[in-house]
Amino acid sequence: MRAAVLAALLLAAMPAAGAEERRSGFADMSAATQAMQADDAANPGMLWVLDGEGRWSRKAGRTERSCADCHGEAAASMRGVAARYPAIDAERGEAVDLAGRIALCQTRHQEATPAPRESEASLALTAFVAHQSRGLPIAPPDDPRIALLQAEGAALYRMRRGQLNLSCAQCHDDNAGRRLAGSVIPQGHPTGYPLYRLEWQGLGSLQRRLRGCTTGVRAESFAPGSHDAIALEAYLMSRAAGMPVETPAVRP
Amino acid sequence: MARVILQVPATAVRGSVIELRALIQHPMETGFRPGSSGEVLPRDIIRRFACAWDGEEVFSAELHPAIAANPYLAFTTIATESGTLTFTWKGDNGFAQTETRRITVTP
Ligand code: HEC
Ligand code: HEC
Repeated sequence: MRAAVLAALLLAAMPAAGAEERRSGFADMSAATQAMQADDAANPGMLWVLDGEGRWSRKAGRTERSCADCHGEAAASMRGVAARYPAIDAERGEAVDLAGRIALCQTRHQEATPAPRESEASLALTAFVAHQSRGLPIAPPDDPRIALLQAEGAALYRMRRGQLNLSCAQCHDDNAGRRLAGSVIPQGHPTGYPLYRLEWQGLGSLQRRLRGCTTGVRAESFAPGSHDAIALEAYLMSRAAGMPVETPAVRP
Repeated sequence: MARVILQVPATAVRGSVIELRALIQHPMETGFRPGSSGEVLPRDIIRRFACAWDGEEVFSAELHPAIAANPYLAFTTIATESGTLTFTWKGDNGFAQTETRRITVTP
């Protein structure tokens, strides 16, 4: 009996599960929501993937070229790409996330007006490209500039913010698995983006998800595509390295 | 045209129960929510879904404002004859979409 009490006390004193065992937000969902994600005929995110597939071969911009004209079959050319973003764009020497990378192709290679972030066109193409990496392990690029960005992101992740004065780490490392009002606090891994959130009734990016977390603590949100937003994403991806890409995931 | 994902078996044994599943992209705007300007957004929902087997209706459903966006319907029917399954969705603002799938029924 005493041994059991002691064990329980020790368990309570241990750091949250996050330290030893990583789990995707998928594991924290109800069986019904998991079933919805697992079945492509029921996963609403697949509607955007399908939309993106159509856009992939549509000619656009002054050059009248489609993504497929340059990249061919996405199943081959885009396989594993999403798993290593954010990455450095060689021409600018700066990091971009996947949506930003696609927008660069639209301006640079198609000479088209890039689809704004969070627009249906941007989400559909990003989901289609990311879907080509589904099941592959997240593998951030081995590049010192990315390492620097990850370190910046790690600092942002640990910084207390907002009127509630909470850091990402306080929820997603220290209290993961516990409840915040009705929801289980997940470990906060970016494995499924863009993903279908039941609360949104639609597809959304990681940056939109983060807006929910920052406004939740009454802090200013990161501007989508900004240096800080990409640094934070780079850190989250390094924290989730090796976990499989789930795009399009479903979340509550 | 809205995106649709249908799951229909290509073949079925006569007399067996088969499952049909239909997912469609639609906002299902309830008519009760304020938009970003503060004004209530007009209702925009799918009102009716039906599935017909060679013209004969085998399943239908009425949809209402409380139904989530991108409605997903799964239902069963009995395989009768080889033929065409027709899926139709009708709704506000003249929304109308039809999809067809062939099914082969074996003895
Ligand atoms: C005219 C040719 C061309 C077109 C059209 C084009 N791209 Fe690209 N894309 C490139 C080149 C070249 C690169 C390598 C980076 C660079 O030089 O900009 C690239 C890189 C990429 C990458 C990053 C690949 C990696 O391994 O990191 C993605 C993702 C991508 N393109 C998606 C798209 C999408 C989606 C479209 C359609 C909207 C598109 N591209 C249209 C030429 C093109
Ligand atoms: C007050 C606690 C709290 C703080 C602080 C917080 N989050 Fe969250 N976060 C949550 C909860 C709760 C959810 C899940 C919401 C749900 O399921 O409805 C979540 C979800 C997420 C997800 C989605 C995970 C998935 O499976 O898709 C990510 C990523 C995330 N948070 C990252 C962050 C980052 C980065 C920060 C800091 C800028 C942060 N969060 C701050 C509570 C928090």
